[in-house]
Amino acid sequence: MFYLRLAWKNIWRNKRRSFITIASILFAVFFAVFMRSMQLGMYAKMIDSVVGSYYGYIQIHSKGYWEEQSLDNTFERSAHLEKEIKTTKDVVSCVPRLEGFALLSFGEQVRGVSLTGIDPNEENNFSSLKNKITKGNYLIQEDKGVLIGEGIAEQLKLKCGDSIALISQGYHAVSAGGKYTIKGIVKLNSSRMNNSTIFMTLGSLQEFYGTGNRISALAINLKEGSNAANVMAAINPKLNVQEYEIMDWTEMLPELVQIIKADSSGGEIMVLILYMVISFGIFGTILMMIAERKYEFGILLSIGMSRLRIITVVLLESIMIALLGVGGGVLFSRPFLYYFNANPITLTGKAADTLRKFGFEPEMPTLLDFSIPLTHGSAVMMISLFLSLYSVFSILKLKPLEASKR
Amino acid sequence: MSLIQVTNVHRVYNETDIPVSALKGVNLSINEGEFTAIVGPSGSGKTTLLNIIGGLDSATDGSLEVAGKNITHLATNELIDFRLNNIGFVFQAYNLIPVLTAKENVEFIMLLQGWEKNKREQRAMQLLEEVGLKEKVNSKPSQMSGGQQQRVAVARALASHPKFVLADEPTANLDSASTNNLLDIMVELNQREQMTFVFSTHDQRVIDRARRVITLEDGQIKSDIYK
Repeated sequence: MFYLRLAWKNIWRNKRRSFITIASILFAVFFAVFMRSMQLGMYAKMIDSVVGSYYGYIQIHSKGYWEEQSLDNTFERSAHLEKEIKTTKDVVSCVPRLEGFALLSFGEQVRGVSLTGIDPNEENNFSSLKNKITKGNYLIQEDKGVLIGEGIAEQLKLKCGDSIALISQGYHAVSAGGKYTIKGIVKLNSSRMNNSTIFMTLGSLQEFYGTGNRISALAINLKEGSNAANVMAAINPKLNVQEYEIMDWTEMLPELVQIIKADSSGGEIMVLILYMVISFGIFGTILMMIAERKYEFGILLSIGMSRLRIITVVLLESIMIALLGVGGGVLFSRPFLYYFNANPITLTGKAADTLRKFGFEPEMPTLLDFSIPLTHGSAVMMISLFLSLYSVFSILKLKPLEASKR
Repeated sequence: MSLIQVTNVHRVYNETDIPVSALKGVNLSINEGEFTAIVGPSGSGKTTLLNIIGGLDSATDGSLEVAGKNITHLATNELIDFRLNNIGFVFQAYNLIPVLTAKENVEFIMLLQGWEKNKREQRAMQLLEEVGLKEKVNSKPSQMSGGQQQRVAVARALASHPKFVLADEPTANLDSASTNNLLDIMVELNQREQMTFVFSTHDQRVIDRARRVITLEDGQIKSDIYK
């Protein structure tokens, strides 16, 4: 206890120096935490835009479907399997989908589109599709109408109430064709999807393709913060591995993982530079402290204070300074993190257009995950302790007689 | 009874191209309860001798026995321990710990020795009272005069019941009144508790009060006078 008190008092011997050191650690932690929270928050938003609001964190397909996305690789919908999945821990929702391609014909215009068959109620719970309606109405169960992406509507000058013809090849190469009324227009996050996707009820699409009760995927969303690998491990025993494949979003969207990884390395380099700058600052303080107190250490050795005790006091001082800086940085960053989480920075101009093109919302909310301040706080603590080893070595090398000469 | 026995001690510094002999075969015996001043001009070797007696420097040749223990070849860490338990130091520049109060400074040595809190506080209070600083127990060094700081340093040196006190030019930074006051305290402690004091000094006022004066010149004892 005495050493703690002595270390605490020693810190405030040179108030200005201690304040500068603590402030430099505080701002380093603040910037590292804020920067990473914003970056990781943006990634979380990107993942949520693409994964959470459409793909799902996990998907179950017929074995081989992802490699060859054909109607022939669809599987019979099973109420039992869906129930089993829905009751798995951390699963929030599980929706059936049938996906395929078709040619859309309107007047003299023809273009390729992607068809998605959905259960309107379950899909709305899953991806809030109803909220994305910009014109017209959402689908109801057994609806015969379709929802079209805003991009298709603009390009083909389609409006609600118009009839479109769809032609394709159905299950087992049967010919598929039908005429559908546009019930609503949806604005999807991804411009690619916006320009190509048409939603209809699962029953309508199954009828169109002649697939019977078959679906191409079960998309699964998870509770926030849950681990997809753990959920997959829990679902796996419930699946016949010969018949189904289960994939998480990182396997389905490797390009998204790559984009995040590439962008994240830039942030990591920035944090490393920040750490280097703060390291020099802390090291400078330690050098000054050792030079300033060499005489005092010599006297303490002379009167019988062991090196171990002197080292203990000096290390306690370093730990206290680092704790004050780190703690201050973490506390100081919290209000900013909460504010920018609730009021994300919205990108505009070309940057926003680029993000939208990839299906991401151009927003940068901060991530409130406490692991970020914990990681960066611990890193700065470790740097401080590592640099304090210099003072340990200096004290170990100190000769009382030489040190106590002014 | 001999408390400090210095036998044929040599100290040669080889820090430059030309070796410098600071002590040349010094023989000296200091008994318990002595009040000894080691005097001599600058460079005569008095500080070197004091450092060797205090275990802060080692002799190039010869041997040193303190309180019946030969400390000539003790390892550095053993010497630190030896100093803690046997020697009280008073320095020219006081060298109190600036962030601690007078009482905490006096307690410090006892704390290093592992004394219980109550006993430490009691002894510190008693010593500060003896050196006339009862009203300054909670003052920090910066709030005290040089003389007061040196009296705290004496109290600190005596706190752990050392075998003897080594004082290197203890009055060099003090005015006459403070010097006399400090000497009165040390003389009284010497007489009342038979505490052994060994000084290195230039100060005639210290020399006048010492009961034994050892004069060094060119690293050798020139005279050794008991008054």
